[in-house]
Amino acid sequence: MNQKEPLLQREGAKSVLASLLSIAIGLAFGALAILVVGLASRDLGAGSAWEGIRLIFGGLFSTGRGASGALTWGFNGQNIGNMLFRAMPLIMTGLSVAMAYKTGLFNIGAPGQYLMGTLASLAIALGIPSGALPKPLIWLLAFCGAILAGAIWGAIPGALKAFLNINEVIACIMTNWIAANFVTWMFSISNFKNVVENTKSSYIYKTTYGLVDGKYVSGAGIATSKMGLDKVFPGSQINGGILIAILFAIGVYVMMEKTTFGYELKACGSNRHAARYAGISDRRNIVLSMVIAGGLSAAGAGLYCLSGNTEFFWSTYQSLPAIGFNGIPVALLAVCNPIGVIFTAIFMSMLSISGLQLTNLTAYNEYITDVIIAVIVYLSAFSLVIKMWLGRRKDKVGAVDANAEPLVPKSEPKTVSEAKGGDEA
Amino acid sequence: MTFLIQQTLLYAVPLMIVALAGVFAERSGIINLALEGIMIFGAFIGVLFVRIMQGSAWIGAAKAANAYGTLQLFGVLAMLVAAIFGALFSLLLSFASINLRADQTIGGTALNLMAPALALFFIRLIANQNTLYIDGDGPSWFMIKKAMFGYGRTEKMSWLGETFINKMYLATYICIILFIVLSILLYKTRFGLRLRACGENPQAADSLGINVYHMRYAGTTISGALAGMGGFVYALTTANCTSNGDVAGFGFLALAVMIFGNWKPLNIAGASLLFGLFKCIAAAYSSIDINGDGVYLLKEIGINENVYRMLPYVITLIVLAFTSKSSRAPKAEGIPYDKGQR
Repeated sequence: MNQKEPLLQREGAKSVLASLLSIAIGLAFGALAILVVGLASRDLGAGSAWEGIRLIFGGLFSTGRGASGALTWGFNGQNIGNMLFRAMPLIMTGLSVAMAYKTGLFNIGAPGQYLMGTLASLAIALGIPSGALPKPLIWLLAFCGAILAGAIWGAIPGALKAFLNINEVIACIMTNWIAANFVTWMFSISNFKNVVENTKSSYIYKTTYGLVDGKYVSGAGIATSKMGLDKVFPGSQINGGILIAILFAIGVYVMMEKTTFGYELKACGSNRHAARYAGISDRRNIVLSMVIAGGLSAAGAGLYCLSGNTEFFWSTYQSLPAIGFNGIPVALLAVCNPIGVIFTAIFMSMLSISGLQLTNLTAYNEYITDVIIAVIVYLSAFSLVIKMWLGRRKDKVGAVDANAEPLVPKSEPKTVSEAKGGDEA
Repeated sequence: MTFLIQQTLLYAVPLMIVALAGVFAERSGIINLALEGIMIFGAFIGVLFVRIMQGSAWIGAAKAANAYGTLQLFGVLAMLVAAIFGALFSLLLSFASINLRADQTIGGTALNLMAPALALFFIRLIANQNTLYIDGDGPSWFMIKKAMFGYGRTEKMSWLGETFINKMYLATYICIILFIVLSILLYKTRFGLRLRACGENPQAADSLGINVYHMRYAGTTISGALAGMGGFVYALTTANCTSNGDVAGFGFLALAVMIFGNWKPLNIAGASLLFGLFKCIAAAYSSIDINGDGVYLLKEIGINENVYRMLPYVITLIVLAFTSKSSRAPKAEGIPYDKGQR
């Protein structure tokens, strides 16, 4: 953090460089996989592999195929709008993971908290009869209900960690699967299952359905305001939720960087015992950190479910929502900087849009983008090594320090100073 | 009763072997959160192997001649292939966490994300859908049938035979034998002692001339092989030998079994039977007639099946809460080993 150091030797710059390098390697791996598959397969070929590779890198600006069958490119408002829509819950789960990570906790429980948020927001939005309250109030209640449910769910591993010193990763994994089964149970005995569109009985009503005289009527329910964004990106799913998510990111940034409370949380993350010695209640802060992290994840679920154009497959006991897990790469790529999370979440959703284009336009499929994301997470596991390699000469001393870190209790993440200031590119 | 015992065994055995996989990694000092991912990868590779080989002349001839022995050998071969690829896949985790001293939790999470993505990417390319099947009657090739022992269609085996032999899988018993052999390896041999030492106090182990890096590689590689094999056994015995980039959270459930069993093989065997029973009840609670008197007791109690599914995790969490002080978790797990460190 020394200002006299050359730009490339600074912690922040190195973090950004390490992230960019991870992204580049991840994308290169994806491209290579496409190339190998294309060349090895009988039906595909070098030509289709080249198309696939171009779509991985520029799928956002793909506009389909022209009359001659060649890929066409240009501004695609629908793609960009959908990208921002998909980024919305990712920003929230990313914030959740990032904020917990800064407090020394690895919140792998984001999927469970997200599911609890889904349950609460849908139950409130669909449970209150349409005429009983003004629609914005129902929306607000559902959103706050989601946050509350997620906060409670986050508090469980938080309390177990704080009072019984149980590894939060294990506790989070257990609560994830408890949530998955609990949500399935609750929805299986509810009357929110979509029976109006008769092919869709395994889905819950969209929130645009409202309860009128004991029956669900399309259009009587609630949906997040579009705030004019649908005019900018016609044909896409986007709504005002993305702005709310960005506001949350700024709020978390201010809380972590500009308030005493945030400082205390980070102090607990760096060294729980030192923080206690300095008069900070470490137990309270660990619980609060998980409560906030849980609330953030669940808020993402609230925003996603209350959009009015999403459907929830309620029999979810066999799998956890990917949005929750993808909060982990989002946070790690952003080096846990709340502002950085906005950009990395948008990058992740850009990848998934590219994946959809790949499925629609070529013989390849969208799962290659998940492979790319996994490679990026894998690389971020040893971002420390990459950073060491980036600043080999000057940073020898710092690197040894960082390696000595694991002396403190297990699963303590990297230092706070390292997680700082990864946003300015 | 026969049905209940068979189904419980089928669910419990993959859990047991994968939980043991977790033990091998953690006892050597590496947290293997990637169990789920390695299982998915192993299941995919195993099913893919069966799918590729099913058309070969060797298998075709065996099917035509009803050569049960050959078909069983084919199943064992598929298990072996799944184990080898599971071990290879786990090398990614070993490399990151041993050589590069990376965060093991994140490394494991990365593998958990990578396995379903890779599997689904290839399944879609190969099968043009999200599930990889083998030939229609495929799964039954690997099943042990009473016809193999000369029983006719209407004849019945003894109760023991009906329960433990007819319609069971050889894979289940191979896993049980492996479980016993490897438990002995872990507790009664020099290798096992050294491996456990590396998970408790690697510095002390190193000072006595044990190569901690090698031991940790051995631990995670055995772990990967077992998890990969467990994944295929799961796919074979409970998912009709199909692979869809998902093992329904069995890897994480195995993690719960390992913790519930306090990192000890005998307790793990018990815990996996208990959790297997819950899984079995959840899957078929309305049709289980425990003592054969025509009363569907579990159905009449009327507890929602999701409660049974939830119970293993709830119990594990409660057990964790009560035993956190006396937990036998390896002391050095999750901490990268650095030679220069005191």
